[in-house]
Amino acid sequence: MKTLNIFWIFSLIFLVNMPLLAQQVQKAKKGSFLLKNGTIHTITKGTYLGDILLKDGIIYDIGAVKTDVTNITVIDCTGKHIYPGLIDSGSKLGLAEIEAVSVTNDFSEHGDFIPHMKALTAINPNAVAIPVTRVNGVTTVFAKPEGSTFPGTGALVDLFGYSPEQMTCGSERVVMKFPSTGRRGRWDRRSDDDIKKDAEKALKNINEVWASALAYAKIDSAAGAQKQTWVKNNPQMDALLPIVKGIQPLFIEVNSKADIEEAISWVAQNKLKAVFMGVAEGWRVADKIAKAKIPVITGPILNTPRRDNDRYDAAYTNAGKMSKAGVKVAIRTDNAENTRNLPFNAGFAATYGMGIDEALKAVTINAAEIFDVADKYGSIEKGKIANILVTTGDPFETKTNIEKVFIRGWNIPLESRQTLLYDEFLERNP
Amino acid sequence: MNRIIFILILCTSTLAIGQNVLIKNGTVLTVTKGTLAETDVLITNGKISQIAKNIRKEANYNEIDATGLYVMPGIIDAHSHIALDVVNEATSPVTAEVNVGDALNPLDVSIYRALAGGVTISHAMHGSANAIGGQCETIKHRFGEINPDNLRMQGAPRTIKFALGENPIRTHGEGSKIVPNTRMGVEQVFRNAFSEAKIYAKEWDDYKNGLRKSSPEYNLRHETISDILKGNILIHCHSYRADEILMLMRVLKDFGVSKVCFQHVNEGFKVAPELAAFGASASVFSDWWAYKFEVYYSTAYNAAILTRNGVVTSINSDSDELIRHLYHEAAKTQRYGDLSDDEALALITINPAKQLGIEKMAGSIEVGKDGDIAIFKGHPLSVYAIPQMTLVDGAIRFDINKDPDDMRLDINPSEKFSSFYETDKSQENNGCLQDVSEMLMQESYAKYLRFRYSKNHSH
Repeated sequence: MKTLNIFWIFSLIFLVNMPLLAQQVQKAKKGSFLLKNGTIHTITKGTYLGDILLKDGIIYDIGAVKTDVTNITVIDCTGKHIYPGLIDSGSKLGLAEIEAVSVTNDFSEHGDFIPHMKALTAINPNAVAIPVTRVNGVTTVFAKPEGSTFPGTGALVDLFGYSPEQMTCGSERVVMKFPSTGRRGRWDRRSDDDIKKDAEKALKNINEVWASALAYAKIDSAAGAQKQTWVKNNPQMDALLPIVKGIQPLFIEVNSKADIEEAISWVAQNKLKAVFMGVAEGWRVADKIAKAKIPVITGPILNTPRRDNDRYDAAYTNAGKMSKAGVKVAIRTDNAENTRNLPFNAGFAATYGMGIDEALKAVTINAAEIFDVADKYGSIEKGKIANILVTTGDPFETKTNIEKVFIRGWNIPLESRQTLLYDEFLERNP
Repeated sequence: MNRIIFILILCTSTLAIGQNVLIKNGTVLTVTKGTLAETDVLITNGKISQIAKNIRKEANYNEIDATGLYVMPGIIDAHSHIALDVVNEATSPVTAEVNVGDALNPLDVSIYRALAGGVTISHAMHGSANAIGGQCETIKHRFGEINPDNLRMQGAPRTIKFALGENPIRTHGEGSKIVPNTRMGVEQVFRNAFSEAKIYAKEWDDYKNGLRKSSPEYNLRHETISDILKGNILIHCHSYRADEILMLMRVLKDFGVSKVCFQHVNEGFKVAPELAAFGASASVFSDWWAYKFEVYYSTAYNAAILTRNGVVTSINSDSDELIRHLYHEAAKTQRYGDLSDDEALALITINPAKQLGIEKMAGSIEVGKDGDIAIFKGHPLSVYAIPQMTLVDGAIRFDINKDPDDMRLDINPSEKFSSFYETDKSQENNGCLQDVSEMLMQESYAKYLRFRYSKNHSH
């Protein structure tokens, strides 16, 4: 009888303390992790059964890893699948907290020519949507500004860290919106002539900016050659220097068929490196894009056709059609809070013509190549950064569970405000 | 020319409602009666007449070979704004007298695109600008019909849109400086409108019972609201926050109304026990959140929590984009909450049917129900599923192999292609605040962008 009482007392103490235990914040853990006996989808070097050792934030070893397991956390991955972290090549994650509350949005600064506005400055490392996104297997995003012709410089970031310095992948890219001859919406009732005139005027402005940028680059190079210190305050032009000098590609948002064709010739005329973003009608001119060897970031895939006469699946099939024509394709959600749907966007692209292998590349190695970080990201290879997923299956399949996420070798808790609300309210008390 | 001929054929050939079809040898997902392997579904005069193996085909039946395919009930969307020319009568906090059924547009190509995602029925709703908005119309996706009346689902109960929270507050309190400017005001709008309608109904009763000599003045607004109080019109209430959901249930209880479906209801999971106790149902997004402040504290586990607490739950689109892949949206409840296949499928079939009061006619594959069927290659809850064919009343309205690319019914003869739109139509046209925002539209690009983000998800 007495023991029973003690049992109840202990149970009571445990129950009273349970909410406290449950509310304890889970933190990411650093260390060495040996993922044993999983199906490794390397992306670039085939798929096979094996082990991966994550150590010092990188993929330290792959294959049949034989190592002393002291101080190593061994994780049995039998029956599990191992993928590289997925990369969203165009998002507003971290730049937009609540879309309808303008003071929480930091992706659109005033001014039409402001390439020096840096997304990396404004990305909120503690945005509520970041954990929501990474528990779905998206470990890296290109967060970009938008809203004008040169809205700023986007940044490729990993979705873990407490400062821009901890998150950046070292790839920042200037974004440009190519003059559009499409309608801005159903309410846009400009005449066809006016639309054309507006686009011509916008292109003329861009060309003037470009002429200045070329002149600026010449002065800059001359000053550099003479080892002179050039006292200046022209951050806009400075931001364009790496593009004008051919070091970095310009990321150009362009969507309709006519505009894509115009953009291809503009890029050729100015002898630029370029990446196209959006490219909604890429399927109409896929051969031309392939011939120009311009890589493409397309999406969202889950989108309506942009013309009423288009086939219902025009947006679903676009990525596959471009990929088949030989274009290097990466995929974006172009979203903020639902960047977590990247794997499903890729899944639809896979279903509608792209195939699973190409769609996987579009959210891993192709993205890494487009952002010039393929030496560190985009596949499971020795020495690359340890952005790794352990899953119950295909990460695009809706019912698959992501069971482990590693970002830069940190074991990330699979927790977000959305999972916490689930835990609290599934069986609400009282 | 070929296109015009095709459209003529489409218009004339599909007019006949009530087709005879035999769907052979599919995996039949009945939703309510389990999954049947290698089974045939017979549709006679547009209604399901037999479900069995090896049904013999009679002479006047078309045959569809569904070998290796999945056959499921036509998907039902309990919240959409497709096939409507106008969505919001945003001129007063109470506009029960208007009806979106007066603004049906059968030529909207969004109907076809919904069919291409297996959706056969949608609830064409008034917007959310007013606390008591207009009446809604449950439509069948008989794309090809050009008479708006042919979209209406005969036998579907009348429904009306209510709205709580930011949208009526923004539209009327902030916009016109009248009540409601707060959630306190929203409650009183309902209490006042219900009380007025009760007085109105009593005056008419008195007149009919000879207690007063002259008839009261006829008022369609009061007339409609008194029909709500009598239980003749189902309430579908746009709502987000837990407190406002509880508020409306209290008001309805006070006025003796027992049926309500909460729409969006992003914080429904917080008051799931109360919803279940009231007998209220919930029609939610799979994962939309954070587009405005009142949906910041959302979770994609909402549908699962509501289901587990015994609330009849559906997943809706509120968008001409999402409506095309509701099967995928339903599948997300398997990632977020581990629902079974039948539970997940119920979210887009029998449950929305219950919410619209059409569960005796649609929402599952059962003998006697309408011949509304979606045929998929691959299980519909897989991301790799592809809808193949969609039937409404036994008539094939979508066929992936036979339909031409261009399915428009209203073609401007002067343009070869229709215009290219920079934005997704759903982002600007089909939200619950449609027309309210359009009143404020400006042509300047900066304003447009600001607008896009305030309007993008104005649900």
